[in-house]
Amino acid sequence: MVLSGAEIVIRCLQEEKVEYVFGYPGGAVLFLYDALFQQDQVRHVLVRHEQAAVHAADGFARSTEKVGVALVTSGPGATNAVTGIATAYCDSIPMVIISGQVPTAAIGQDAFQEVDTVGITRPCVKHNFLVKDVRDIAATMKKAFYLARTGRPGPVLVDIPKDVSMHKCEFEYPREISMRSYNPVVKGHSGQIKKAVQLLLEAKRPMIYTGGGVVLSNAAEQITRLTRLLGYPITNTLMGLGGYPASDRQYLGMPGMHGTFEANMAMHYSDVLLAVGARFDDRVIGNPAHFAEEPRKIIHVDIDPSSISKRVKVDVPIVGDVKEVLEEMIRQLEAGEARPNPDALAAWWKQVDEWRSRKCMVYKNSDEIIKPQFVIQKLWEVTGGEAIVTSDVGQHQMWAAQYYAFDKPRRWLNSGGLGTMGVGMPYAMGAKLANPDRQVACVTGEASIQMNIQELSTCKQFRLPIKICNLNNRYLGMVRQWQELFHGGRYSESYMDSLPDFAKLAESYGHVGIRVDRPADVEGALREAFTTHKDELVFLDFQVDQTENVYPMVQGGKGLTEMILSAEDL
Amino acid sequence: MRHVISLLIENEAGALSRVSGLFSARGYNIESLTVAPTEDASMSRMSIVTTGSDDIIEQITKQLNKLIEVVKVVDISEAAHIERELMLIKVRATGKDREEIKRTTDIFRARIIDVTDTSYVVELTGNQGKLDAFIGAIDPSLILETVRSGVCGIGRGDRVLKL
Repeated sequence: MVLSGAEIVIRCLQEEKVEYVFGYPGGAVLFLYDALFQQDQVRHVLVRHEQAAVHAADGFARSTEKVGVALVTSGPGATNAVTGIATAYCDSIPMVIISGQVPTAAIGQDAFQEVDTVGITRPCVKHNFLVKDVRDIAATMKKAFYLARTGRPGPVLVDIPKDVSMHKCEFEYPREISMRSYNPVVKGHSGQIKKAVQLLLEAKRPMIYTGGGVVLSNAAEQITRLTRLLGYPITNTLMGLGGYPASDRQYLGMPGMHGTFEANMAMHYSDVLLAVGARFDDRVIGNPAHFAEEPRKIIHVDIDPSSISKRVKVDVPIVGDVKEVLEEMIRQLEAGEARPNPDALAAWWKQVDEWRSRKCMVYKNSDEIIKPQFVIQKLWEVTGGEAIVTSDVGQHQMWAAQYYAFDKPRRWLNSGGLGTMGVGMPYAMGAKLANPDRQVACVTGEASIQMNIQELSTCKQFRLPIKICNLNNRYLGMVRQWQELFHGGRYSESYMDSLPDFAKLAESYGHVGIRVDRPADVEGALREAFTTHKDELVFLDFQVDQTENVYPMVQGGKGLTEMILSAEDL
Repeated sequence: MRHVISLLIENEAGALSRVSGLFSARGYNIESLTVAPTEDASMSRMSIVTTGSDDIIEQITKQLNKLIEVVKVVDISEAAHIERELMLIKVRATGKDREEIKRTTDIFRARIIDVTDTSYVVELTGNQGKLDAFIGAIDPSLILETVRSGVCGIGRGDRVLKL
């Protein structure tokens, strides 16, 4: 069948079973939009800014296991998309971004709306392509989806010049693709896995530390089985929340800069640390030199060899898909006779529980003023802990991560690696489209939400009844916290004057807006949002304590055990 | 430590910038980088001379391997290998210098490949040390221009970098 390049692109999306494309039209993608118009299998979500298109596709991918797809035009369309692409790249989210480009003859001529999209995005994509011949489109699209979802997932960009989308050729979608330069490892080395199992069984102070890789690899079930089989304590990073049920006794909470006392102490003083789909990020282990002071054996399971021994020297590296490796570990454990030493384990748990008894997550609640942590706890109650929660970046993000106990994976969507303010609402949009029957809440702050506030319009057009929980403290909270703690209380540019009335703003877009000033009204407002206004977008503007800080805290550059547990520690 | 990393990469537009971009983005050193197609025109071979601790070199090879278009990466300096570099050097050759340069050229087993009344172009192949030594042996005021290819490397004996 002879089709135009644009038609081929859309046919490829159909072949890949893409349900939604998030995008924004423009000159260079007119043929693509024309082809979209003439079919109804792939639905298009028209955002109000390209950054939000990419974030929404990203949120769609995070909340499912599908590849998110975004479509933008050349020049500013592509540059607006870059933050979204980099955000997805840092968290290894499978995505395909299609960008229009000026006609091939105009490339390099400084044409209208021309930028070197492939050049600009090169450092923040898993791979990218400039398609110069219509006959290459189908194979390139196939490769793009294949690269995005296999190995360590990531965003792949396909740049298509306008004339290429107009030219015609015979269309056939390749059934299979093989690339001699790309063969991601799936199964782990069985000898290494044996060594790891041996080491785990001999451990006296074992600790399991898992990250986003467990979520991406859909290995929550496997990590839960392994952890229960061994009876060891476990922590999930910010990206790995929900990988292991937070309500379980073996779960110690999140590690790192704003992690729990018990998780950080157990990480630090473990003698065998099993790291799974995690990368010893600076926000997780603090100062690597301090972390290395305590002798411990580290087993590291990751699909990406370059994540292993990057920041921390590893004793037993295992390259492979997390799920496959965990399956093999469980199989070997179950097949063998050996079990963990019960006495050593009991002594270790005694120590861990002692750390836990410090109750580092307790905050002083108030009848007068709304505490942000209290809002999150109420959100958890009202949604039965079953909602998909997205967040932006800052204090509210940490409170959501700390106080909304995630029992399942793909329920917590946030920008962990890049830390992009403005992802919250677009993530919620993508998640709601992908999970229409699930409650979706966006926990945000008055600063972050304004970075993509225009998407309230998109939410109206596509009837996305997400619930926005704005923890409004009139400050860039995390910046203010650092300024209070480390910059002598000089609040340089962290106070926001002239904020809009968010409730009215939401109403002007046709949504429901509720301002909440008193702690006693928090639960009622949430219930109203999730029941009375179930099918509407509700913007809950919580006026929260301006001075509240996120604790515990490990100061940047400090060791994991050097924690500030509360304001009294200062 | 100095390392010579050889790699095979798909011969596609932008492949070189993926490699050089990786080095600059992650702050790795490049002492020299050479690239040209192999006998299989769909692939290029690159030789990169870099310096760094063992940890850094490990990361460099891993990161290179991670690039989608990179087919194979080997640190050829891990074992017996041969390095060669080509240099073309244009020198002022007048009066008694003409004879002296000719003699030096012979000693280094170099060749004079262009001659004018006042200059020679000398072609010299060898490892970096030999090329440096030749430059050292010529009176600096006579050197008009030098161009060096950067290092090409290959493993000795059975060690083969092939698909």
